[in-house]
Amino acid sequence: MARKSTNIDMTAMCDVAFLLLTFFMLATKFKKDDPVMVVTPSSISQITVPDTSIMMITIDTKGRVYFSIDRKKVGDRDVADARLGLIRDMNEYKKLGLSDQEMYQFQKGAAVGVPFSQLKQYLSSPPAVQKQLDAQSPGIPVDTSADAPDNELAAWIRVARNNNPFLRILIKGDVNTKYPAVDKVINTLGGMKIFRFNLITNLEAVPPGTAAYEDAQKKNG
Amino acid sequence: MAELDTSSGGSHKKGPGVKKGKKLSTRIDLTPMVDLGFLLITFFMYTTTLAKPKTMEINMPFKDKNMTEEQKSKVKSSTALTVLLSKDHRIYTYAGIGDDPTKPPVLDPINITKSTVGLRKVIIAKKQEIDQLKQSGVLTPTDQITVLIKPDTNSTYKDMVDVFDEMTINDVKVYAKVDITNQDRDFIKKTQEANGIQ
Repeated sequence: MARKSTNIDMTAMCDVAFLLLTFFMLATKFKKDDPVMVVTPSSISQITVPDTSIMMITIDTKGRVYFSIDRKKVGDRDVADARLGLIRDMNEYKKLGLSDQEMYQFQKGAAVGVPFSQLKQYLSSPPAVQKQLDAQSPGIPVDTSADAPDNELAAWIRVARNNNPFLRILIKGDVNTKYPAVDKVINTLGGMKIFRFNLITNLEAVPPGTAAYEDAQKKNG
Repeated sequence: MAELDTSSGGSHKKGPGVKKGKKLSTRIDLTPMVDLGFLLITFFMYTTTLAKPKTMEINMPFKDKNMTEEQKSKVKSSTALTVLLSKDHRIYTYAGIGDDPTKPPVLDPINITKSTVGLRKVIIAKKQEIDQLKQSGVLTPTDQITVLIKPDTNSTYKDMVDVFDEMTINDVKVYAKVDITNQDRDFIKKTQEANGIQ
């Protein structure tokens, strides 16, 4: 019996490997670390979260509030992106005294969850210190009334919407977030005449035998 | 003699003294490249989240400080179902809107549930009841079930989202999140006492 060579042609395998590699590389989107981990509840809703023109209000387990918007610029303002526009306006509006470098840190950063009084210190710190500050931070101050002077979330929303009135408002709450914290945010929005917003959820299956299930069955034929 | 020598090599004739170049194989060992490829695939697979998060759209009832009593939308007590969210993910329900202090909501132990599956039964029963009332002409055909959701301070965000989701699941068109009243808190307390819930 002839002894067969143990060498096999690797070309095909190599092709597959790199095809998959290309796929995953393109499918990956690196995003900034959120300051907190939030486990979202699930719902049967199938609407996907848009990438642009969004404003995200995150509420963590302890009820701390974080705020962020996406970078896509709307309109012909002379700024690199929407986040820079937001922080510039905020700097002016609240007299934060931020330097260009600090504003740049905000522009490329993720969600912020510090009161205005700590914002300058937060933005001038290196990432490791920022993490520490995030852990100690009380979050963005919110109140049940949007008109309260210490309702800083209302100020963020106001300035962000001033730049882009079509911002879609997303609330991302944790499974264990206590209701009063959520209520404060909803009341703040309500006080600003915002009655429509989105809650971020995970997808779950429609339970069989319900009205929504029958509806889905009909749609699928 | 020299000519004979070169021809014995089996290749093209070359001049005397020209060294024959060693013919290299075009095959290279691809194993390290495949290794690298799969290593990177593994990395990207772990970092990728393919499922994008979903969102649920919510409309809150319009609220304004300057709104007069007449402008506020009225809910018919016969079509209303009040859902109270309380401690330990418990859900208490009662028929009606519970705005009349002289007629406190009726205690019903069936209406305490820890899961939304229990709530589903209550909603379906209420819908059937409304359908019957429509047939008997007590309610007009345009009347539909109205659910008032009142989360208490000791409920969680998940409870609220689950109940909102239950509205979509059961095709309840009209529902609203309303602030809880002290009467509702009393109702919860009484129900808890009557059923031995801590």
